[in-house]
Amino acid sequence: MQTDLTINGHTYALNADQRTTLLDALRQHLGLTGAKKGCDHGQCGACTVLVNGRRINSCLTLACMHDGDEIVTIEGIGSEEDLSALQQAFMSEDGFQCGYCTPGQICSATAMLEEVKAGWPSHVSDSLDGKPRLSDEEISERMSGNLCRCACYPNIVAAIRSASEASS
Amino acid sequence: MTAHVKMDAPDRRNRLDAMAQGVIGEPLDRSEGALKVSGKAVYAHEWPVEGLCHAVLVRAAISRGTVTRIDKAPVEAMDGVLAVIDDDRLLRNPAQGTANKAPVQGPRKIFYIGQPLAVVVAESFEQARHAAQQLVVETEAADAVLDPEAETLEHERPKGKQTSQGDLDQAMGAAAFSIDEVYRTPGHSSAPMEPHAAIASWDGDRLTVRASCQMLKYNRNELADALGIKPENVRILAPYVGGGFGSKLGIAHDAVAASIAARAVGRPVALALSRRQVFETTMRRSESRQRVRLAADAEGRLTGIGHAALVSQLPGEKFSEPVTQATHFLYAAKNREIVHEIVRLNLTCAGSVRAPGEAIGMTVLETAMDELAIKAGIDPVELRKRNIPETDPEGDKPFSSHMLASALDRGAKLFDWQRRNPVPRSTRDGEWLIGLGMSSAARVNMLAEAEAIVTLSAGGVRIESDMTDIGTGTYTVLAQVAAEMLGQPMQSVTTVLGDTDLPPGPGSGGSWGASSTGSAVFAACEDIRKCLAEKLGCVEEELTLKDGHAVTANRRVPLAELLADGPISVRGVIEPGKTSKEVRQSTFGAFFAEVAVNEVTAEVRVRRMLGVFAAGRILNAKTARSQCLGGMTFGIGMALTEELIHDPRTGAIVNRDFAEYHLPVNADVPQLEVDFLEERDPWASPIQAKGIGELGISGAAASINNAIFNACGVRVRDYPATLDKILAGL
Repeated sequence: MQTDLTINGHTYALNADQRTTLLDALRQHLGLTGAKKGCDHGQCGACTVLVNGRRINSCLTLACMHDGDEIVTIEGIGSEEDLSALQQAFMSEDGFQCGYCTPGQICSATAMLEEVKAGWPSHVSDSLDGKPRLSDEEISERMSGNLCRCACYPNIVAAIRSASEASS
Repeated sequence: MTAHVKMDAPDRRNRLDAMAQGVIGEPLDRSEGALKVSGKAVYAHEWPVEGLCHAVLVRAAISRGTVTRIDKAPVEAMDGVLAVIDDDRLLRNPAQGTANKAPVQGPRKIFYIGQPLAVVVAESFEQARHAAQQLVVETEAADAVLDPEAETLEHERPKGKQTSQGDLDQAMGAAAFSIDEVYRTPGHSSAPMEPHAAIASWDGDRLTVRASCQMLKYNRNELADALGIKPENVRILAPYVGGGFGSKLGIAHDAVAASIAARAVGRPVALALSRRQVFETTMRRSESRQRVRLAADAEGRLTGIGHAALVSQLPGEKFSEPVTQATHFLYAAKNREIVHEIVRLNLTCAGSVRAPGEAIGMTVLETAMDELAIKAGIDPVELRKRNIPETDPEGDKPFSSHMLASALDRGAKLFDWQRRNPVPRSTRDGEWLIGLGMSSAARVNMLAEAEAIVTLSAGGVRIESDMTDIGTGTYTVLAQVAAEMLGQPMQSVTTVLGDTDLPPGPGSGGSWGASSTGSAVFAACEDIRKCLAEKLGCVEEELTLKDGHAVTANRRVPLAELLADGPISVRGVIEPGKTSKEVRQSTFGAFFAEVAVNEVTAEVRVRRMLGVFAAGRILNAKTARSQCLGGMTFGIGMALTEELIHDPRTGAIVNRDFAEYHLPVNADVPQLEVDFLEERDPWASPIQAKGIGELGISGAAASINNAIFNACGVRVRDYPATLDKILAGL
């Protein structure tokens, strides 16, 4: 079936089986393989992309449900030649090893920082009101939907901390 | 030109230290980092291949039996379906690491639930998945053997895996303090983030497979053998591998089934295992039952060590988890008894998962040592230091180096171990009970044959090997060795890996990748240096190479000038030799952990954890540290949550996804600390480096479990230390 997707500012006319997930549409049909398939069940976060600014697991949603939505993938966050502050921080803090979960981590962190700015509380926030402080504990909690088996968690936290400090 | 180095004698020259570029050991960013953070590194299932179709595996729903009929016709008639294949060459299970030949094949006999039996190929993934779900496979079931501790099972005791020295029973009887306990560890899954996947395409008789593999040299032969074709006709490409941890050592279902399917339909075929299939059809670490006996005199000096391990495996597989690997040499004691037993079960194949052997053997031995320390009233760090052997306690071989005591001392100091109150339940933070624990780390060190071609040209350096980088930092550390030896800035070094058309490396496994392939690169670079010295009329030792220039006596010459008549290319080869046999080689370290145990819920939180490690020369302090973080985090998982649970009726893995098999998540892991001890091990390799990838897990879980005891007084001998087990003792 026909779906018009806006991805990283470009419009794509997707003609795919209606069972195609957003993740498979990106990877199999549109050549955007930055989003990864780790579990296909919304349990690992490797497929995280932004839809209208919010992070979602692209394996848990069908492509045809996103007609007209604004989608941002890792390819839209920053290219090899023009990395975002978070991408650079992941490099300097060694926030990855095999690199497979990394695009999902970075997409997730990009949206997470916006959630904090917007004052969304988390399970570890001191209160439900007010502006949460971006402590290491907050970062860890908010990034726990993105698994990393190489287990770079301390470095991922450090990368997010340093990118966020640099921007504020 | 070939530079062949056989490791027959220690290399004490420390040549890398005499170089001038200043990059070896430095915490440099990964060379391929920008590709990975921008989503441009291409993994197995991502190659743009024209005319690609998709395949999905169909698997056994019974634990043991035979396939009597597969009703192909209705599925073959479905939309988009190109073929339904139940070829005799489909694998029963993946090949074991370094097997170099095909594993057991054939989809007619069923040995475990979930075993692949057929593959369905269709135009799209959605069509293939739907069709695979519709395929009816008729089977005849037989009785399956599922319980590793069933009393009726025959215990195999392979010769060569049993050790008996002195009289352990007598030592136990005469001991001032002793421990005789049974411990259990469950099965584990490697669970790399990238599922096993392959894209196979044929060009006449030549097969190209883009796959997620750890050991290409072996994988090519395994794939060729499985398919019945010549290895020369097989090319495997794996420039980026999304984690392996042992599960991608040997060729697996994805590559073999995709190759068979691609041949059958005459088009390229992609096949990725689903996460559930990764859990059920790739290697699991065997569960273990371990009886540990420790006998000590009044001063806490061990007089006897007994370690008897029972593990399981499928029928017909040689590999069995070498649980007691480090027990052989870790502590001194005159009377020793090490037993290794195997039972054959109808469960998913057992194979290597990060640090096969030490991961669970060290964990249990170090839990028992903690029990002994408490019984004897000796500080756990001190108890270990009292029992460090002078030489290998089983054969009197010297150790190539031995840094355990230094690691224990350093760790105790950094962690402020003296703060620990030895009495459980004595430190409290609200409803949380706080405890400190420690354990030793040890992992055998291995060197493997490796080759790499290094080419120095006016434009820089090129390194080529079929070696893989599975997150281990291979691209970066090989470049650092060459940059240091040849006086090049890092950006002038290009490393090409993961292609069987390139010289064979040993692959990523057994922690041997960096030291072995790094030594091959080193050997090549030494010869290149000799060529340059000859051109300059000096001896190699007098030659300084830095920033693309050669300096000797009072001359400074651009390398481009010396290379005007063409590049210098040398194939470096490292071969293990006498140093692998004449001395006992191991890496050592120590873990320290602080945990909080909730007195109400028995929830455990790791608050602090430190690993101190000695692994010879550290080639890149940043990537090495990250590997240790990974190992320690595996340790947190082993200690607290990771456990493959089998349905006792069928053997099926009940928790076959990430929602139920609990890997540590970000919130489970505090800011871990890693500290490296400065070391050069001349016996290990000509670059004095040893393996680092697995040391960080080898014993790690025990430090956490021992901290739990110190916090709340509950001793868990059945890993992992889940809430139910702790709560029962609170």
